[in-house]
Amino acid sequence: MAATESYPGELKYHKEHDWARIEGDEAVLGITWFAQDSLGELVHYEPPNQGDTISKDSPYGEVESVKAVSDVIAPLSGEVVEVNQKVVDEPETVNADPYGDGWLVRIRLTDPTEADALLGVEAYKQVVAES
Amino acid sequence: MRLIFEKSQPGRRGGELPRPDVPPAEVPADLRRSRPPRLPELAEPEILRHFTELSTRNFGIDTGFYPLGSCTMKYNPRVNERLVMLPGFRDLHPYQDEDGSQGALELMWRLQEALIEISGLHACSLQPAAGSQGELTGLMLMRAYFADRGEADQRDTIVTADTAHGTNPASVTMAGYKLAKVETDARGNVDVAHLREMVNERTAGLMLTNPSTLGLFDEHIEEIATIFHEVGALLYYDGANLNAVCGISRPGDMGFDIVHINLHKTFSQPHGGGGPGGGPIVVRETLEPYLPGPAVTKVGDAYRLDHDRPKSIGKVRGYTGPFGVFVRSYAYIRSYGPGLREMSETAVLNANYLLARLKDAYDLPFDRLCMHEFVLSARSLKREHGISALDVAKRLMDYGFHPPTIYFPLVVPEALMIEPTETEAKETLDAFVDAMIAIAREAEDDPEVIKGAPHGRPVRRLDEVKAAKRAVVKYGFEDHVGLAGDPAEPRQLEAQKGA
Repeated sequence: MAATESYPGELKYHKEHDWARIEGDEAVLGITWFAQDSLGELVHYEPPNQGDTISKDSPYGEVESVKAVSDVIAPLSGEVVEVNQKVVDEPETVNADPYGDGWLVRIRLTDPTEADALLGVEAYKQVVAES
Repeated sequence: MRLIFEKSQPGRRGGELPRPDVPPAEVPADLRRSRPPRLPELAEPEILRHFTELSTRNFGIDTGFYPLGSCTMKYNPRVNERLVMLPGFRDLHPYQDEDGSQGALELMWRLQEALIEISGLHACSLQPAAGSQGELTGLMLMRAYFADRGEADQRDTIVTADTAHGTNPASVTMAGYKLAKVETDARGNVDVAHLREMVNERTAGLMLTNPSTLGLFDEHIEEIATIFHEVGALLYYDGANLNAVCGISRPGDMGFDIVHINLHKTFSQPHGGGGPGGGPIVVRETLEPYLPGPAVTKVGDAYRLDHDRPKSIGKVRGYTGPFGVFVRSYAYIRSYGPGLREMSETAVLNANYLLARLKDAYDLPFDRLCMHEFVLSARSLKREHGISALDVAKRLMDYGFHPPTIYFPLVVPEALMIEPTETEAKETLDAFVDAMIAIAREAEDDPEVIKGAPHGRPVRRLDEVKAAKRAVVKYGFEDHVGLAGDPAEPRQLEAQKGA
């Protein structure tokens, strides 16, 4: 079941179609509605390991649909504290609920000021309009 | 259509073998079958009709146009098949000695020379069996070359483009290199400014397709080559798109040091079903010592297999490589002779003709003259009418055409990659364009008919997600009551013969 297009206002966005929900010194990361819609139904999620360090603007995992395998780009740097096992088991969760049950990892931020460089919802909608 | 197992009747046979008149060989009891193998049992005409019927469900270039082009497989001229079936080629054993296989060796030597001339480089190895193996071999040559110069540890990164074929990053990883991806600029070229940021003394080389998978010739290729050569790195040419430039421009002149050539693409070797292919590599003089062997050399009037290559990376395939492929590709090259460039010119002309007729009906992300292929986008159709590239591809089947490559390259949203090749007549190209334009119109007037496509094919839309996640690769007899029973016992079969 595909979700309808939405971009929640409380999230921060990366131009590679990733989102971050910042919660204190941690953040939850995922891919946007636009990203899952472009890929189509996901058939595989290759997550990082818990404890891995991921860096802003670099790939930290892969998602695969019948169309393509795509790197998932980290919007922020940090240490992976939790991987969403539900998405590993049922990757289509991302299509059904990209901002909720379909989150990908939770990280402990190395540099919370990095968030200042991310896009707000209006700026990200502009990116989507031009994609 | 019923499966062959569903047509099976116990005891029915296609042919009769005489009863053995010698004592049967003794098979140890523990190796003996306890029951006959489960095979379908039919008379000969039923078998023939079954498989003939199946073959009519297939779509190939012998039955219609497919815009996958040389990237998949272009038309295979029949004369190639006739030549490869000559007994002197067909019946040759790989262990035949050199004096007894001079004709075959000469053909290989001549093919090497032709590929060297086409690529503008110095030495050739016919060993690799496919483009992907050519890529890995090329990267292993790079590693051997740098090891010889004491730079093996220093150089750990290969640059590929974000339009690259998926095999490029895969080969880089398999060869033990790190991957750096350079972006594409607004004109569809490699982004040179981005490239300059990432190339340094740690760079081993570049892997590039030119023209790119966007069907565009890189306008800065010489500058790109200089950037790599200035830091002592090498350039690898992925020859998948060589069909665009044969006899017109040579990878060696562009600055590439290693080239693989897909004999099964550019040079018409048929490879439906996955093989056999041929991916020879051609290199600059400095890389020749590392080539896999044996190479065919000409000594006086004789042709010899040269195994004396102390610095070689070793063999990458059994014997001398896929010989039947060499015969067909050599025949193909010779059938054009000095006019080989006409092949590429016609391929480019055909692609530009399609592009000119289609660019108003679909989005064209890079509006330039194309080479042998071009990439359209169904982005507007999707936004305005909910019709995706996949929908367009499925609907094309109703018009009698095989769909083009879709969703590749990844830098183009809703991509439709179209490559007609040089063999298609103008009437065929026009019919394809008419179908594409009709589909774009349907997207406005009747999008539901597209979303339900294909309508007139043996199967409707397949569940690709389920196929990817839960592939069933074995026939489930147990799920089909009536087929699950054990085959008849041998004695019963005897009794039913002729029934």
